Amino acid sequence: MHDKTLVELARALDAGEFSSRELTQHLLGRIDRLDGELNSFITVTFDQALAAADEADAARAKGNAGPLTGLPLALKDIFCTRGVKTSCGSKMLDSFVSPYDASVVEKLRAAGTVSLGKTNMDEFAMGSSNENSHYGPVHNPWDLTAVPGGSSGGSAAAVAAGLVPAAMGTDTGGSIRQPAAFCGITGLKPTYGRVSRYGIIAYASSLDQAGPMAHSAEDCALLLGAIAGHDLRDSTCVARGVPNYSEELAAPLNGLKIGLPSEYFGDGLDPAVEKATREAIAVFESLGASVREVSLPHTHYAIPAYYVIAPAEASSNLSRFDGVRFGHRCDNPVDLIDLYKRSRAEGFGDEVKRRILIGTHTLSEGFFDAYYKKAQQVRRLIRQDFLDAFEEVDVLMGPASPTPAFDLGANKDPVSMYLQDIYTIAVNLAGIPGISVPAGFVGSRPVGLQILGSHFTEARLLNVAHQFQQATDWHRRRPAFAEENA
Amino acid sequence: MQWETVIGLEVHVQLATRSKIFSGASTAFGAEPNTQACAVDLGLPGVLPVLNEAAVAMAVQFGLAIHAEIPEISVFDRKNYFYPDLPKGYQTSQMYHPIVGAGEVEITLDDGSTKRIRVHHAHLEEDAGKSLHEDFHGMTGVDLNRAGTPLLEIVSEPDLRSAKEAAAYLKAIHSIVTYLGISDGNMAEGSMRCDVNVSVRPRGQEAYGTRAEIKNVNSFRFVERAIAFEVERQVELIEDGGKVVQETRLFDPDRDETRSMRTKEEANDYRYFPCPDLLPVVLDQAYVDHLRSNLPELPAEKRARFEQELGLSAYDASLLSATREMADFFEEAKNVCGDAKQAANWVQGELSGALNRESLPIADSPVSARQLGELIARVIDDTINGKAAKQVFQALWNGQGASADDIIEAQGLKQVTDSGAIESMIDQVIAESPGQVAQYRDAEPDKRGKMIGYFVGQVMKASRGTANPQQVNQLLKEKLDALC
Repeated sequence: MHDKTLVELARALDAGEFSSRELTQHLLGRIDRLDGELNSFITVTFDQALAAADEADAARAKGNAGPLTGLPLALKDIFCTRGVKTSCGSKMLDSFVSPYDASVVEKLRAAGTVSLGKTNMDEFAMGSSNENSHYGPVHNPWDLTAVPGGSSGGSAAAVAAGLVPAAMGTDTGGSIRQPAAFCGITGLKPTYGRVSRYGIIAYASSLDQAGPMAHSAEDCALLLGAIAGHDLRDSTCVARGVPNYSEELAAPLNGLKIGLPSEYFGDGLDPAVEKATREAIAVFESLGASVREVSLPHTHYAIPAYYVIAPAEASSNLSRFDGVRFGHRCDNPVDLIDLYKRSRAEGFGDEVKRRILIGTHTLSEGFFDAYYKKAQQVRRLIRQDFLDAFEEVDVLMGPASPTPAFDLGANKDPVSMYLQDIYTIAVNLAGIPGISVPAGFVGSRPVGLQILGSHFTEARLLNVAHQFQQATDWHRRRPAFAEENA
Repeated sequence: MQWETVIGLEVHVQLATRSKIFSGASTAFGAEPNTQACAVDLGLPGVLPVLNEAAVAMAVQFGLAIHAEIPEISVFDRKNYFYPDLPKGYQTSQMYHPIVGAGEVEITLDDGSTKRIRVHHAHLEEDAGKSLHEDFHGMTGVDLNRAGTPLLEIVSEPDLRSAKEAAAYLKAIHSIVTYLGISDGNMAEGSMRCDVNVSVRPRGQEAYGTRAEIKNVNSFRFVERAIAFEVERQVELIEDGGKVVQETRLFDPDRDETRSMRTKEEANDYRYFPCPDLLPVVLDQAYVDHLRSNLPELPAEKRARFEQELGLSAYDASLLSATREMADFFEEAKNVCGDAKQAANWVQGELSGALNRESLPIADSPVSARQLGELIARVIDDTINGKAAKQVFQALWNGQGASADDIIEAQGLKQVTDSGAIESMIDQVIAESPGQVAQYRDAEPDKRGKMIGYFVGQVMKASRGTANPQQVNQLLKEKLDALC
C-alpha cells in the first residue's frame, strides 16, 4: 500500500481493496518502525488518525466519499491543528497545543483526509536542511547520511520513505521545492495568495505559501484543488475561482514554449545536476515543446533581497513569542525584561536568533531605507524579470537546487546554506508558482527539475509536470530504505 | 520675559464599531477580563488580521467633517515594541500613508470668537489591552478585551496657544465625533484619550522650544491642568538657567503634576514597516462621495444656522450646538413651541440649571424636549405667566404630570386674564388696605409709581400667582389714580 500514489490509493479504497482504517494502520505501523531512523515526525496522532479513518470508511459506506476521503497525509508542524501540539520545530512552542485549525487543515479535514501527524521542520521554517529543528535533524531516506532539505524536510522524507503518501509543506524561499528535489518527490509552491495562510505560523508573511508534497503531479493537483481558494480570514488570499486541476493534466505539450534562464545554469551548478536537468528538458522537446534561453538579469540580487525582507518580517512576526501568553517561559523571571530576555534566549535556536537580529537591524531607524526599502525595489525588478520572460515563453525550467542533497553537518556556514536556495528564492519574491519534479539521480541522491509559471498558472505547471511523469518514471522510484524495511 | 505656549494634541478616539478593527470580537466596554478577545486579539501563532470596513468608513467620515484630504491609498504599518498588553509585539497602525490627510477644526473660545486649528493627519490603529497592576500580589494582570479596538488618532499641528485653547480643541473634536456618531466620546471609559505636546518660547520668537509629550491625559479638565503645570515647570526651568529636555511625561491628576517617563535617549525605535498581512486600503471616489452625501449636519454648520436662521446670539448658538444631544433637544423644544429664543433661554436656563444640580447629562433629562416645548408654548400663548411656568417645570421634573397642560390644570395655574375677576380682587385689596391707600393718595404723583408695588403683590397673592401681572398693574393704576 505504501508505494502507491494518492490517486492509486483512492482507486483502491473505492474498489474496496482495503479500508482507510487498514491503510492508516499500515502506515502508522511503518511510522512506528521506521521513523526512529528518519525522525520525520514530531507528533504522530495515532488515535485521531484512526478515528478520522473510521469516519471516512463510514462516509464511503454511505456513498458520501469525495476524491480525498480516507486518504492519509501528514502536516508540516507549522500548520495550527486543533488539540494537537503545533511546535513549528521550536522549543519555544514545545508546549503549544493549538486551540484552532489552520484554514488548510480545516479544508483537508472537510475533504475527508486522515492526518497521521505533524512533520519535522527547520525551526520556524528557517533553514534549507532541516538541521535547525529543536527536535533534531531529519535523515534523507535515499541516504541516511544526507539531509532531506528544508524547511519542509520532515514532510519530504516521510513521503519519500512511504510513511505517508502525501504531506503539506510551506515554501517561503524554496522550503517545498528544495526538499522535494532532495527526496525525489513532487512539490508545488502555489502562487502567493492561492492558498490561505490563516493558521500557518508566519515566518515571512509576504512570501509564505502552503502547498502539497506527494509522489506525482497528479496527486499534487488533487490536493491543491482541496486547499486553494478564497478565505475571508486572510486578506492576502485572492478571491479567484479554483480550476479543476486534475482535468487539465492530460493536455498535450505540443507547442509548449520553455525558457531556460541562463542565470540558472551558471557558476555553482553541480555538473551532474546540470546533466540530469538538461536530459529532463530533452524529454520535453521529445513531447513537442520548444526550448530557448532567456535571461532573468536580477537573479543574483534575489538572495540578498530575500535576506533583508524575510528576516525583517520574521523579526516582527516572532515578537509575539514573549513568554507572556503561550509558549516557552523562563523559570522565575525577576522582572518583565528578564522574562522577555530569558524566555526568548532559551526558546529560540541560533538560526532564528540570527534572523531576528538581522531583521531588527535592517528595520532600525537610519537603516530602513538602505536595506528594507532598497530590497523592496529589487523585489519589483525581480518580479518584472519573470513577467518579461513570460511574455516570451510559457514556462521556465531549471534545477531546483545547485546540488543534490548534501551530507548532514556539511554546511556549517550560514551564508553557504543560504546559497542553497539560489534557484528557488526569486520565485517567492515574485509571488509566482513553481513545482519541483523528480528528474534523475546523482549517485543515490535525487535531482529535482523546477518548472515555473506566471501567477495563477498552477494548472499549466501541473499539466507540464504530469506529462513529464507520463514519459518518465523518476517519480516512481522508491528508496531502498522504504522497501528493505517494508 | 513674556512666554508663549505652543501646544499640539494627539487625540485617540475609540471608534464605535461593533467588532474590533481586525477581528470579529465585540468591542463592548466592561465585560469580564479576557472574555472579548478572540484568537486574533490574543495574537495566537498563525492568526491574521482582516480590516473592519466600518472603521474605514468612520475614519473617512471624520476626514470629510474636518474638510481633510482623503488619500486614495492608505497603508497599515507595524509599530514594533514589547509590552505585555500588546499581544503581537507590534501595534498595527498607519505611519507613512494615513487614511486622513491634512484638515482643520474650528474651535470657539470663551469670548465667542473662533480659531482654526490645523490637523496634520488622522490615522487608524488598534488599541492595546490593559495592564492591571493592583490585586495581583506584585504581579501584573493583563486584560485583552480592549486589544484591537479601533482607534482614530488625530494629530494636530502645533497651533494651540493656551490650555484653554487645547481644551476647546478637544471639545470640538469630541463634538465632531459624537455628532458623526463614530464614537460614544465617553472619556471616563477611555473612548477619548490624548497625548499633549507642550513647549514654550519667548513671545515673538519664531523657532519652537523643546517639547515634552504628556501621555494619556483623559479628561478636558486634566488637559488644562496638565498643560498649566507643564508650562509653569518649563518656564521656571528656563528662567532658572536650565533647559527643557525632549521627553515623555506622565500626568498625575492626584498630585496635579507631570513626571518624567522616559527621555529621548531611552525612546523606542519602533521599526515601522508596512504590514504584509494587510493590503493597502484603496478608496474610490464613489465610496468617498457616498459617505460625504450621508454626513449629518456638523457642529460648525449647526452653529452658523442657529445664528443666521434662528437669530440666536453667537454665544447661545455655540453652547446649544456643543453636543448633538443638546442641539437635538433644543431643536425639538423649539419646533414644539415655535420660538427659538424662548427655547434657547429655557434650555440654557431652567433646564441646564436643574441638570447641573443633579449632574445629569441632557440625554437623561427627566423633562423631555417635547414637554419643555409644550410648557414654553403655554407661556407664549399667555396661558400661564413666568412664575407659574417655573412651578410647572419643577412639577414636570418631579414627574408630577405627563404634560404642562395636565399640571396647569391640576394645580390651577392657568393665568387669570379676565378683567372683571382681576378688578374684583383689586377692589378687595383696596378695601382692605385703607392706610396704604391714604399714603398713596398723599404722595407726590412721581413717587406713586414705586408705591404701587405693594398693591400688585397683594393682588398676585390673592390670585395665587395666576393673575396676569401686566393687567394687574394697569388696572391697579387706573383704580388708585381714580381715588386721588
